[in-house]
Amino acid sequence: MKKLIFILILFVPVLVLAGQNNCLTCHQDFEDDDGPSHIFSRDVHSQKGIGCVDCHGGDASLEDMDEVREVRGYRGVPSHREVPDFCARCHSDATYMRNHNPALATDQLDKYKTSVHGERLYRNNDKKVANCISCHSVHEMGNGKMPHSSTHPFNIPYTCGKCHSNPEYMAEYGIATDQLHNFEQSVHGKALLEKRDAGAPACNDCHSNHGAAPPGTENLAAVCGTCHALEAELFVKSPHNDAFNEKNFPMCETCHSNHLVVKPSDAMIGDKPPSVCIRCHSDNDGTKGLETAKAFRGMIDMVVAGREEAHIALREAITKGMMTTDEELRLKEVDQALIQTRTQVHSFNMEDMSPHAVLGKALTDTVKANSAGLIDEYYFRRKGLGLASLFITLMAIGLYIKIRRLP
Amino acid sequence: MSASNSGKDESLISKGYDWIDSRFKIDALVEYMSHKVVPLHSHSIFYYLGGITLFLFLIQVASGILLLMYYRPGADSAYESVRFIISEVEFGWLVRAIHSWSANLMVFGAFIHMFTVFFTKAYRAPRELTWFSGIGLLALCMTFGFSGYLLPWNELAFFATRVGTGMAGAVPVIGEQLLIVMRGGEGVTGATIGRFFGLHVAILPAAFTVLLTIHLAAVQRQGMSEPVDWVNKPESEKKYMKFFPHFIYRDALVWLIVLNILALLAVIFPDGIGVVHWPLGEKADLFGVPPAVIRPEWYFMFAFQALKMLPAHVWFLEGELFGIIAFSVGGLLWAMVPFLDRKSVKGKEPKLVMAFGVFVVIFILAMTIVGYLVE
Repeated sequence: MKKLIFILILFVPVLVLAGQNNCLTCHQDFEDDDGPSHIFSRDVHSQKGIGCVDCHGGDASLEDMDEVREVRGYRGVPSHREVPDFCARCHSDATYMRNHNPALATDQLDKYKTSVHGERLYRNNDKKVANCISCHSVHEMGNGKMPHSSTHPFNIPYTCGKCHSNPEYMAEYGIATDQLHNFEQSVHGKALLEKRDAGAPACNDCHSNHGAAPPGTENLAAVCGTCHALEAELFVKSPHNDAFNEKNFPMCETCHSNHLVVKPSDAMIGDKPPSVCIRCHSDNDGTKGLETAKAFRGMIDMVVAGREEAHIALREAITKGMMTTDEELRLKEVDQALIQTRTQVHSFNMEDMSPHAVLGKALTDTVKANSAGLIDEYYFRRKGLGLASLFITLMAIGLYIKIRRLP
Repeated sequence: MSASNSGKDESLISKGYDWIDSRFKIDALVEYMSHKVVPLHSHSIFYYLGGITLFLFLIQVASGILLLMYYRPGADSAYESVRFIISEVEFGWLVRAIHSWSANLMVFGAFIHMFTVFFTKAYRAPRELTWFSGIGLLALCMTFGFSGYLLPWNELAFFATRVGTGMAGAVPVIGEQLLIVMRGGEGVTGATIGRFFGLHVAILPAAFTVLLTIHLAAVQRQGMSEPVDWVNKPESEKKYMKFFPHFIYRDALVWLIVLNILALLAVIFPDGIGVVHWPLGEKADLFGVPPAVIRPEWYFMFAFQALKMLPAHVWFLEGELFGIIAFSVGGLLWAMVPFLDRKSVKGKEPKLVMAFGVFVVIFILAMTIVGYLVE
């Protein structure tokens, strides 16, 4: 028994040393505070129990770096070109990933190879082009749900903008560097970055992430149509679809711009500036384009004006304390009809659009008429009250006189 | 010709009277009424408060019956039927507004009536039964209000009832059972509406009618209470007015004024105003988020606020339980005041009892004000 205890005591230092991560022990000695060994504890891999040797190979229990380099499977630090394959060892291994993060796709490398980034890396050995760690960072990596992560939706525009809004860095590629600036001004950018709406699109929602590429003119409707499905469907069926394809105009972008997608307004339609229709159409272009644009605008303005009048009438009825719940609901139906009317602009067909506009107008007329009825009812009540009150007061006065005459 | 007609009419009335009198002997009652008098002094105006409360109760009954024609109890129909009443039924909004306003004014009237009776010591012997029945009527008024509050099944009513009935759960020994009986289950559901509806339109009116009959019979039989200092006053210095027609006419005049005020309030503020507010709002959602501020009706505010301000534990008792016991003891002392006050029957000032009354008034006012000021 005593011998057994003695042997166990002898083995304790061995067991302790075996469990120690000598990579961190040594690297923390000579690295700065923001060096890999110091920041790795914040990395999503570290939090999942994946250590230095799982990526870099070697043996963490060894103290001598020369001995580490001799260990079979030691991979050390990958070159810029080697990084995608380095990460893909695990991330393209479905069996391995199932044990760590079954929800994560394993096709990142395949997609990356189809991206502009991947193509330039593998074809030209371009050392400036983005690889995995350019976007995901390294040793302090987070997933898209972590607010500090470079791939969190709120951070993605700045992650991409690190390179794409740097004119000096991008000079040799001959592409614009105002995307981030434009995106920040756009309806999407304001929703994402100012209103902190995580559902608003970031760069990767249109350009893809690992397979990042600029969408071509022919597939732009599909890209925008991911969210704006009805508009895209109407456009594809519209006469503009063929005309745009013929002239090689990008579908949505031609009217709405791309990174600088501003909030659409009714002013975009019509036969006068700042309408976008007049960029292509004129009175003498041989089409009914301008005429239709003018009619569209007239329809929309009709519903908008009707809605405003109905709103004013309803507000007055509300202020007078009348029961207006039904009319408030009806006004919401007007909003819905207005949205549908505006959406139908993408059909560029008056027959498709006018039923929604007519419905919206009819609803606004009903709200106005009913609100006016409620206001009339209010005055009727007041008059009724006045009469009733006068009658009661006269009775009270009569009774008072009677009381005064009592002996 | 007209004199002849008048003679015919009188003869007809006289014949009708004789027909009834021969069967029910009402001559004695008329004789009794003609001798009935009401004391005249500086506080005579308080005699009209009971009549005002009675008048408002009658309006409650009439407007309640009208609402009953359209109201449908149940989680799927209560809210919808009230909405229908105020938006579709001709003058439905007015009936609901009158019912709600008269309910609040009735409770207010009953409270003021009780306090004036207390401070004029009109509860003293031989009017103990009038006092007890009056206290019972006020309790029934408040229960009417509590049960009626839930019936529209809107958001505010639902959460307020959940908090209100939840307090019953703190009652010692029977609390849990009481809660289940009140709610018709663990939570406030459609079953609770059924119970509150039954209580509001059947049980409470029946109980109220019985107590009101006792109360009015006692008042009629014993007459109005005279001021305490009249015990030692010579008869020649005491002034009276005839109950009929002098007091009855004045009562009718007050009722007309109250009716006019009620009409003004109901038409100008159909949804109430300030702390007396009953907008229909959203339908109750059992799984919805409670509103930021849940307040009971104003006449429960003092109790609600006092219970809220109590610490978690008072001595060895839970704070809420302590509060309920304190209110029960306080209420019992208040109700038993005719037996506790031995001085006023002898024409003396019961200082301790009056101090208790002042404390109760200040407590109710202070807690109510704090309740509305504190979010």
